Amino acid sequence: MKNILFASLLALALAACGGSQEQTATSADPDALTPGQIADGIGPVRSITLGPVDAALAAAGEELFTVKCSACHKMTERYVGPALGDVTVRRTPAFVMNMILNPEEMIKRHPEAKKLLAEFMTPMANQNLTEEEARAVLEYLRTQAPAQ
Amino acid sequence: MKRPLLKNLLAVASVIAVIAVVANGCSTPDASGTADAAQAVYVAPGTYDEFYAFMSGGYSGQLTVMGLPSGRLLKTVAVFSQFPENGYGYSEETKPMLQTTYGFIPWDDAHHPQLSQTAGVPDGRWVFINGNNTPRVARVDLGSFETEEILEIPNSAGNHASPFITENSEYIVASTRFSVPIPQADISISEYKAQFKGTISFVRADRPGEMDVAFQIMMPGFDYDVSHAGKGPSHGWVFFSTYNTEQANTLLEVNASQADKDFVAAVNWQRGEACVAEGKARDFPGRYYHNHMNEARVGVSTVKEGVKVLFPEDCEGLVYFLPTPKSPHGVDVDPSGEYIVAGGKLATALPVHSFTKMKQAIADQAFESTVDGIPVIRYDAVIAAEVENIGLGPLHTEFDGKGNAYTTNFLSSEVTKWKLGTWEVVDRIPVYYSVGHLMIPGGDSRQPWGKYLVAMNKITKDRYLPTGPELAHSAQLIDISGDKMKLLLDFPTMGEPHYAQAIAADLVMGREVKFFQLQENGNPYAIRSEAEARVEREGGVVHVYMSSIRSHFKPDNIEGIQVGDEVHFHVTNLEQDWDVPHGFAITGANTSELLVMPGDTRTIVWKADRPGVYPFYCTDFCSALHQEMQGYLRVSPKGSNVPISFSTGGN
Repeated sequence: MKNILFASLLALALAACGGSQEQTATSADPDALTPGQIADGIGPVRSITLGPVDAALAAAGEELFTVKCSACHKMTERYVGPALGDVTVRRTPAFVMNMILNPEEMIKRHPEAKKLLAEFMTPMANQNLTEEEARAVLEYLRTQAPAQ
Repeated sequence: MKRPLLKNLLAVASVIAVIAVVANGCSTPDASGTADAAQAVYVAPGTYDEFYAFMSGGYSGQLTVMGLPSGRLLKTVAVFSQFPENGYGYSEETKPMLQTTYGFIPWDDAHHPQLSQTAGVPDGRWVFINGNNTPRVARVDLGSFETEEILEIPNSAGNHASPFITENSEYIVASTRFSVPIPQADISISEYKAQFKGTISFVRADRPGEMDVAFQIMMPGFDYDVSHAGKGPSHGWVFFSTYNTEQANTLLEVNASQADKDFVAAVNWQRGEACVAEGKARDFPGRYYHNHMNEARVGVSTVKEGVKVLFPEDCEGLVYFLPTPKSPHGVDVDPSGEYIVAGGKLATALPVHSFTKMKQAIADQAFESTVDGIPVIRYDAVIAAEVENIGLGPLHTEFDGKGNAYTTNFLSSEVTKWKLGTWEVVDRIPVYYSVGHLMIPGGDSRQPWGKYLVAMNKITKDRYLPTGPELAHSAQLIDISGDKMKLLLDFPTMGEPHYAQAIAADLVMGREVKFFQLQENGNPYAIRSEAEARVEREGGVVHVYMSSIRSHFKPDNIEGIQVGDEVHFHVTNLEQDWDVPHGFAITGANTSELLVMPGDTRTIVWKADRPGVYPFYCTDFCSALHQEMQGYLRVSPKGSNVPISFSTGGN
């Protein structure tokens, strides 16, 4: 008898503790990407228009690419990360730069970057390039693109 | 069925108790003392502590960084001891840091961290710490949290009263706890009184990479124990406690406890500078090492010869002795710079000297005697007060900046709070057990952050789950923000923290180094891209220029090594992001692993002692494919015709 009384009192007391656990309905997904973000990636760079290839900028970009990127990326073969010879054909210029500048958020939120992580398993490293340096790397990558 | 009345009452009472407990669980937690204390030290996940605390490691030879108020361990900074966890003292770049005139010394006993100061306030640039056993002082940079400089102290033994800092980081000091023949000589120990001397050294501290002994002072053969620099009006002076003014050389626990008073030595270092400039210092022998990490982050050792030594009789006004009861230990200067508190560890009252009275006594020549050319000021001419009822075995005092002082008492295991000026004891709190130093963040500076006090206890006994005969030393965090001290937290520490210092976190956080710029890597064995990875033989030495990045080494297949070769692995971490170190270890390495920070290069030497194929791998879990970060090195018999070759993935 004593045990039953004890248990029922305990149950009552615990039930009284339970607050309402309603789910709040989400009207809009705050994580949803805009069409601009789908095309150009997530990061500091908005859609940009390119002029003709700047050879000096591309040369600076090649030097940076060798030091900061070449351990994982080759031009024509899959390595730690994807081959980049045709990346400027496959992606917008802003996408390439945002992937360099903001890889953590890209692989978390952007569907294309998420797919890359699932495929390659090694997350794109943030090599802490400045926006100017990323622009130079982009210019170098343009020189590697197959002729259209 | 009849039940005894008592049993029924108990049953009813227990049901009521259950309801009370459960009901209470629904509401706000009970605001008991324990809940308050828990809340005071709770640092929520993802948030930061308010203070960085730098705890000396004592016989670990290292410096431990902890957060306050949580007591969480943040880092061990390797200083005087080899540290296989990251390769400090094992890698070729860091081995020079532990060079001394006694050869390579892989250990020391580190006692007193001192934060650099500007205008008497900790500024967050560096923390200095002493090596007690093989006399040395070290500078740790608070951007990288790495030891950048170590200076050996010549003509010294037992560097205990060190590295206490002057208020603009002009100097740190060093001294002899153990007087010895200076210069060292083969002399009978029984000649102690006649032949043994002490020294006090002033080391230039505010020029990174150029720490050096500015001058030494030849002192009577006492034991120089602890010190603290003056501040404000007493800036320009440093105070040292002494014991064994009896000059015993055996059974000191009895023979050095005879005199009613020993001394606090007051040293006017600005007068010392002037005497050196006037050519009054003697050129003295003294051979010592200076080791520092150069701009390329490679350790460089330089041997120095000779020091300037001032003899007090040649430089009037350099040193005075203040008689101080019974083997004083700590000597602490209050935030105003006026009061000099000396913990007479065998005394029943705590003597407090007045700087103003000291200056007046010097002007009045109120001296009672002279010892080795050093005037001894009359006790009554310099003493401000004796704090009564302080406790048993007073050792160290720190200040809260609100007019209060806090003194540890080793024998009565308590911290006593007392008021500067009225000298009355206003509060006391037990600590567990046998407290040595205490620390208040900024508590020896002109502006203490008087919120917390950490008591560093020598005996732990039953405070934690037992771990065999050896127990972690216990520290205790005490809230000193109110009238009454409140014990908040016990936390274990590494080694034996003697002294510690703490600083507001925001003064350090802005200096953090997240990674090293690869383009600026000046290590002569660095490579800046995988294209430069290579293996080169130079006679019996093979240099492997290796890169690491998530998740491979280049090269990861190496052949052509022969038995007897000395293989130098120069590993450059090509990552350029925060918190992505890579490790390197190879079977049979009789050194340690390497832990290479992003953008940095470290070298480990490995002897090929038998034919076979030896795996190497990354020791720091770096990525999803970390387990794949491995490679092989083939060793052939001596004279084999297998050529040097290397590759990664067919490249």
